[in-house]
Amino acid sequence: MPTIMSAPAVTAVLVDLSRPGRYVHWGFIQISVANLVVIGLMLLVFILAIAIPFPHGGKK
Amino acid sequence: MSTISDAPMEPAGQVGYRPDTRPTWTGRLRRRAVATLPPEKLLPDSQPSYVASWIYVFGALTLGAFGVVLASGAVLAVKGPDWWHVSSAGLFVNSVHLWGTELFFFFMVIHLWGKFFMAAWRGRRRATWITGVLAFAISIATAFTGYLSQQNFDSEWIGTQAKDGINATGAGAFWNVLDFGQMLLWHVLLLPLVVAVMVGIHVLLVRRRGVVPPFPAKGADR
Repeated sequence: MPTIMSAPAVTAVLVDLSRPGRYVHWGFIQISVANLVVIGLMLLVFILAIAIPFPHGGKK
Repeated sequence: MSTISDAPMEPAGQVGYRPDTRPTWTGRLRRRAVATLPPEKLLPDSQPSYVASWIYVFGALTLGAFGVVLASGAVLAVKGPDWWHVSSAGLFVNSVHLWGTELFFFFMVIHLWGKFFMAAWRGRRRATWITGVLAFAISIATAFTGYLSQQNFDSEWIGTQAKDGINATGAGAFWNVLDFGQMLLWHVLLLPLVVAVMVGIHVLLVRRRGVVPPFPAKGADR
């Protein structure tokens, strides 16, 4: 019988939530990897929103 | 009742005050509101062609996420902490509230970047920009009080670390981040109310002034 992994189990494989968060240090700047990933995703979505054409052009 | 006696008792169409010009505060308010924001501006059925871009979608996405946050927060308030900490449904709604907030800020920041690079305060839209900035700033305070209301080690850590910072501003005397009851009430009532009012004014100003157009291309007629 196949085993189906629950969503928390899948997350646990990808990210170990029981450990302290990882941080990036750059001079006096310190930021968690989680926050850095979110900022990177926002930049990516921002660029895509400008680059990808909108499907239905207005006529007015 | 002076407001009634001021209006002459004449049939409509004859000399004197017409029903829509009677000197009542309600009438004046209505005429001013309709002149400021006529129905075709308040609920437009078309937008300029430049709005057909994904970058113009993020304001509406932010509003949608705000709706999810308000609705899930209302459910949490009705059911209480025993429910959201323990039951499966409570944990789910608690997570919806958290991830709705994450998306709210995700979309709002992209909306902010888009409007910043468009210089969206152009064309008498300064008040629109300022209400957006205020909504963003007060949203941060709302989220902060939410993190303080988690009732776990994370909220204790945030509260004790923030206490020194807030004391340094002088606000610690009346805004105590270690007072759970005060933070919870600010989170569920005062701050969301201010954010909702700011967002409401922001949207009405967008309706009044219209969506900001992009910069003209180089060499084009300005």
